[in-house]
Amino acid sequence: MSEVKSYLVGVFDDDDVLLNAIKSLREQGLKIVEAFTPFPIHGIDGALGLKRSRLPQAAFMFGATGLTCGLTLQISTLGFDWPMNIGGKPHLAFPAFIPVSFELTVLFAALGMVGTFLLASGLGPGSQKTVFDPRSSDDKFILVFDPAKNDKFSLEEITSMLKSAGASEVNIKDIVEKH
Amino acid sequence: MNVTSSVREPLINGGKTWADITNDICRQVEGKPSKSWIIAFTISVLLLGVGVCCVMYTWFVGIGVWGLNKTVGWAWDITNFVWWVGIGHAGTLISAILLLFRQKWRTSINRAAEAMTIFAVLCAASFILLHMGRPWLGHWALPLGNTYGSLWVNFNSPLVWDVFAISTYLTVSVVFWYIGLIPDLATIRDRATNKISRLIYGIMSFGWNGSAKDWSRFEAVSLVLAGLSTPLVLSVHTIVSMDFATSVIPGWHTTIFPPYFVAGAIFSGFAMVLTLMLITRKVFNMEDYITLAHIESMNKVITLTGSIVGVAYITEFFIAWYSGVEYEGYAFINRATGPYWWSYWAMMACNVISPQLFWFRSVRRSILATFVLSIVVNVGMWFERFVIIVTSLHRDYIPSSWAYFSPTWFDIGDYANSFGLFFTLFLLFSKFLPVINMAEVKAILKSSGDVQTGHGKTGSAVSDKESVTHHS
Repeated sequence: MSEVKSYLVGVFDDDDVLLNAIKSLREQGLKIVEAFTPFPIHGIDGALGLKRSRLPQAAFMFGATGLTCGLTLQISTLGFDWPMNIGGKPHLAFPAFIPVSFELTVLFAALGMVGTFLLASGLGPGSQKTVFDPRSSDDKFILVFDPAKNDKFSLEEITSMLKSAGASEVNIKDIVEKH
Repeated sequence: MNVTSSVREPLINGGKTWADITNDICRQVEGKPSKSWIIAFTISVLLLGVGVCCVMYTWFVGIGVWGLNKTVGWAWDITNFVWWVGIGHAGTLISAILLLFRQKWRTSINRAAEAMTIFAVLCAASFILLHMGRPWLGHWALPLGNTYGSLWVNFNSPLVWDVFAISTYLTVSVVFWYIGLIPDLATIRDRATNKISRLIYGIMSFGWNGSAKDWSRFEAVSLVLAGLSTPLVLSVHTIVSMDFATSVIPGWHTTIFPPYFVAGAIFSGFAMVLTLMLITRKVFNMEDYITLAHIESMNKVITLTGSIVGVAYITEFFIAWYSGVEYEGYAFINRATGPYWWSYWAMMACNVISPQLFWFRSVRRSILATFVLSIVVNVGMWFERFVIIVTSLHRDYIPSSWAYFSPTWFDIGDYANSFGLFFTLFLLFSKFLPVINMAEVKAILKSSGDVQTGHGKTGSAVSDKESVTHHS
């Protein structure tokens, strides 16, 4: 089932104005759905109250998996499955296992982390996330509000609050949402 | 907001705004290809065509078509392999190590440099396959179960480490590069006027919409990938050097090889980045983004790494004498004065002497001098690998088996093939993808743009003559 939902979209021309606007609007009690920007802005996570990404921890876990796989592969094949006499050297030559273990650690950590990122953010070939204003990938900074979640304020009130916080435009955008 | 000292030279000239950056960089993606692009592409494809014929012949007949003999079993194949891998290292250095060091000048060049890395590693991989002689058995280098009762690969061998290192390096480089491309592909998608490019760039941009949460994750991923790529890139050329250093051939059996190879790799890679970027900025009118400040920074890296390489050459020579090993000593005297003296002195002139010219500021900031020297450096680095490989092999312990290696047309043709492949891929990249990372350049505009930092028309524009003429 799909339904049409209206959002209030505030358009800003500058990243510093946007940051100050986020802080003051949240202090006034407005709930922001999301901010959309053409490039990463430092400090926006804190202003929006976003939690720190836990992706680095995921990368560490994937890396540890890669290290385990690398060591298991080498120890089990050369040490147990088919021990070979190579120049009279020990079958379990750990220093010689370092390069492959290291490469597999990096490979697993990188691929695992990127995979988790794409999954968590819902990105992938064919995925189409809502673009509230196409200019947000060029030079505009967008703040999106859901009027239903801000029922303490009327649309006009939110609009004037946005304008006084520095928004250059305030638009209403209808989005078809699938359920 | 970051504050940058006003003494620092601006990195973006021409009084650009964010919208200008989008327009300037999307222009060649959205427009019809220019005449110079079509000519260059045609030449590259023709070169690739001739190269592919040579490679096919080499596959069918075997590597006997090369000039190899019983004594010199590795020559141009491994020289080319090491040369291309080395070139690739600069891209990772720029995108990963300079990211960790917070060097803002990397933003204008990292996209193209990473693309160069990927294409260079592909060229290198083609020589790995080719030098096997029977490339269709290439999978034997992988630890796959097989019908010989699972006879596994020998994990004590540097050649197996190399398989893991190069394939990991290629994979991680592609992933790192593509993740960085996603926001810029979304920009192109949002600007697209026709349905087909909207669809294609829509699929390629993975549905990116630039939400703050996604940017936060994106930045975490970039930082961790940079942290992973930094030891990775150092490990790759270290392992390549171990292909030689763990053997007992005089001239190869050297403990300084890993750092010496890594420095040489960065040295040649930066030279290749400069060769490509000087052409790219001219052809696509990107002088405002790839400024003399960028060129000068890269030339400084070349001077540093070139000097490290020079010290390594001299150290090798000294240790060969100091070790008292007769064979080691002879290998080095033979390099400098034997039948291949010309390649040794070409290497010394190109790698040790020529980059020292960059101590002069006027040379560092001269586009012509930089372009010529960037090619000279890569010629020198090719000779370095040739010297290490061929001069160490051609006179072994028994004088009766001493031999001389001369390339055949197929050595040359297979090398030409890699150039055709490299330039064809690079030209396709420069036409269909944004060659400069728009999002990252926009992010540093306030702290590094000329007008934004108050350099404006009076400050930097005077020192950068090219941008004055370009914008007046």
